[in-house]
Amino acid sequence: MKNVFKLIPLVALVIFVSAFSNNVTHDHGYDVGDVIEDFKLKNIDGKMVSLSDYKDAKGFIITFTCNTCPFSIAYEDRIIALHKKYAAKGYPVIAINPNNPNTKQGDSFESMQQRANEKGFTFPYLVDEGQKTYPKFGATKTPHNYVVKKTEKGMVVAYIGAIDDSSRNPDAVTETYLEDAVDALLEGKEVKIKKTKAIGCSIKV
Amino acid sequence: MKFQFIVIALLFLNACKEKTKTATVDNTSVIEVKYAEASIDLEIYDFEGFKTFLNKSDDKTYVINFWATWCGPCVKELPYFEQLHANYKNKDVEVILVSLDFPHVYETKLKPFILKHELKSRVIVLNDGNENKWINAVDASWSGAIPATIIYNKNERKFFERSFTFEELEAEVKQLK
Repeated sequence: MKNVFKLIPLVALVIFVSAFSNNVTHDHGYDVGDVIEDFKLKNIDGKMVSLSDYKDAKGFIITFTCNTCPFSIAYEDRIIALHKKYAAKGYPVIAINPNNPNTKQGDSFESMQQRANEKGFTFPYLVDEGQKTYPKFGATKTPHNYVVKKTEKGMVVAYIGAIDDSSRNPDAVTETYLEDAVDALLEGKEVKIKKTKAIGCSIKV
Repeated sequence: MKFQFIVIALLFLNACKEKTKTATVDNTSVIEVKYAEASIDLEIYDFEGFKTFLNKSDDKTYVINFWATWCGPCVKELPYFEQLHANYKNKDVEVILVSLDFPHVYETKLKPFILKHELKSRVIVLNDGNENKWINAVDASWSGAIPATIIYNKNERKFFERSFTFEELEAEVKQLK
């Protein structure tokens, strides 16, 4: 009986530690190799979009972006080009606006419709209503990009980070990180650079 | 780096000349005064040049804030950094505001912003495209979102990817060993 009592602190410790480590994983969001949960978010045309709607997709280029951040704006044309190049190959772009429109006026639903119309977005531009999706990904800023690959386990994160190494000037790009990742996946090779960093605008909560 | 600085200075001198001309034509001294005030030079660095600001080993406490004119939360907290500068500049605390504005807005947005808000802290500009390299060099835990702030002295260094109030900022500076 005494031995059982001795064990109580240990059991408590194990429970405490495991609870804590769960929280930590959740706080930081998905890492490369993690299976992501599907989402159901409203597109600018009013229809709901989920990854499972895309029966033929081999994966996705998921970009957290917005109307108002200069870095997001700087990448708009490059996102359009990515969708053009990779949708037909099985990796369409899904754009998600994570900002709270009450905090950031220019990111309202109507503003999103207007911007998508002006730029001629041919991919979904989804609202993260209630801001529940971006924390799961661990996105902290716009733009923040993820490449996921369809596997038997589900959609697995293959790349997190920047589109390329030159946000300020599309003519000075020397490394196309995100394209390289998708190309590798399409060729069945390992993604060489799995994570990169870039400056961006903090997500407005 | 030096070269970049000279080019910008030259460009600005040129711009100044033109403005003065216009002012003379208009014959309004007010405009001339305005542009005389506007003659500020930006200190622009690539990361190699900027690194020295992160690694000072004198007796001061350095408060390095990454911001940009387009970043709402950054602009909101700037007055608190200014207040810190005002209250602590004689107490071995140096505030450095590192602008990450794009080069094409230096003249149209950044300089006018510095003048309009009468920023008293030292403002420097970091212009280095290879973000994937230097973000990690600033702090491995930084995702790249701004505002971000480093508070350090020769003994201790803290990195924050968040916004501050004046009280929070002051507390962090005071807590540093």
